[in-house]
Amino acid sequence: MKADRPMGTALAGRDMISMRDYGREELLAFLDEAAAFEDYQQPILAGRVLGSLFFEPSTRTQLSFSSAMQRLGGSTIGFSDARVSSTSKGESLSDTIRVVENYCDIILIRHPREGAARLAAESTDLPVINAGDGTNQHPSQTLLDLYTIRQTRGRLDNLKIAFIGDLKYSRTVHSLIETLTHFDNRLYLVSPASLRMPAEFIEDLEDRGTEYSEDEDFFSIASDVDVLYTTRIQQERFPDPIEYEKVKDAYHIDRAAVEKIGGNVTIMHPLPRVNEISTDLDSHPGAAYFAQAKNGLTVRKAILSQLLGVSRG
Amino acid sequence: MVRQSEDPSIKVSALAQGTVIDHLTAGSALRVIEILGIAFEGAVTIGMNLESAKMGHKDIIKIERREITPKEVAKIALVSPKATFSIIREYQVVEKFSPTPPRVIEGLLRCKNPSCISREERVTTKFIVMRMDPLAMRCHYCERTLRKEEIDLL
Repeated sequence: MKADRPMGTALAGRDMISMRDYGREELLAFLDEAAAFEDYQQPILAGRVLGSLFFEPSTRTQLSFSSAMQRLGGSTIGFSDARVSSTSKGESLSDTIRVVENYCDIILIRHPREGAARLAAESTDLPVINAGDGTNQHPSQTLLDLYTIRQTRGRLDNLKIAFIGDLKYSRTVHSLIETLTHFDNRLYLVSPASLRMPAEFIEDLEDRGTEYSEDEDFFSIASDVDVLYTTRIQQERFPDPIEYEKVKDAYHIDRAAVEKIGGNVTIMHPLPRVNEISTDLDSHPGAAYFAQAKNGLTVRKAILSQLLGVSRG
Repeated sequence: MVRQSEDPSIKVSALAQGTVIDHLTAGSALRVIEILGIAFEGAVTIGMNLESAKMGHKDIIKIERREITPKEVAKIALVSPKATFSIIREYQVVEKFSPTPPRVIEGLLRCKNPSCISREERVTTKFIVMRMDPLAMRCHYCERTLRKEEIDLL
């Protein structure tokens, strides 16, 4: 079992399970280090193996971690379908981890149950990265979002940031908003009434004194907003298809809407998009969603090398 | 209803051996009995909704011939954080304490989230107390907030 390491120390040997485990200074230090990994491709992880355990399908997260590993000279083993793992034979997650730890140097896990990555981390001495545990956390997505905001706006404080769409179920939004409470920003939460931010996250904002407002109207947000963070309304979260039909096109943001708001705005989306963001925005100077995907690779290279305790050559 | 004029010290000293749990949140006594189980050797006296100068109203439980365990104390403190415990031997209070609020609660509660890994795998549940009054704690695994009314004791 891993010893608890104090917060604020280097990430070497530590797990990356939840954004709640990081403070402001640690986040800023990580983002500084990550910037040095942009377009960096030296084989500093040669001979290292990433064990990639996807108990639930994912394409972009799995591909970008695997690409990050290979670009730094390492390799990846694993599975992307729980049916091919021994879990389908009734093996416990802890046992799977104890077996897999013999074959790799670092473990990446996505699992449909919340808390699975934390349990995996407690089952091995190897560093474990959470690539999504149910609706709970997905820290590398939050880090790449922070990285993109800082890259496009030059700072993480004194920003006006609007979150639009499904604020009830979106893990990405919850994690990013919670992490942003370490910084001083004004938040706008725009969603249909049925997809409002859950009370426990609103309480967190209140407790930490973050300024925010909730509204259903997209145009309630300030005209000088710095970041528009839009999300997909996830059909799979709705038990009733009629309820989904009611809200699925609640916010279709196109160039005209963004120009009506005006100003110099950064437009973000975790992707995949369905029809929340019109393709006529793709050429907008503020469109940052494909940059987010690129930054995902940069950030994941930094995560792998930092957790493995390998510095850039 | 028991009148306020009854001196609680008389009730305590009348117990030869056992435990007095006082200052229970009014209405919580039956939940506390549930925590203690129903297999008692001696008499159990329950007073509910008694007037209390400190608390307005409170519940009190006297249990003959049974000394409460630390695990039971921890569970009771969760449903009634202001409870005080007096251990009685030979008609004397040999120990009196109010449990200090725990920072971490291990192995006492079940997570309310059906999709939490702790509901599937054999693990000791763990909750981090964020606030005592009103009680709010976070599951160490799924990170959901659990409130007092959602407590499901193991």
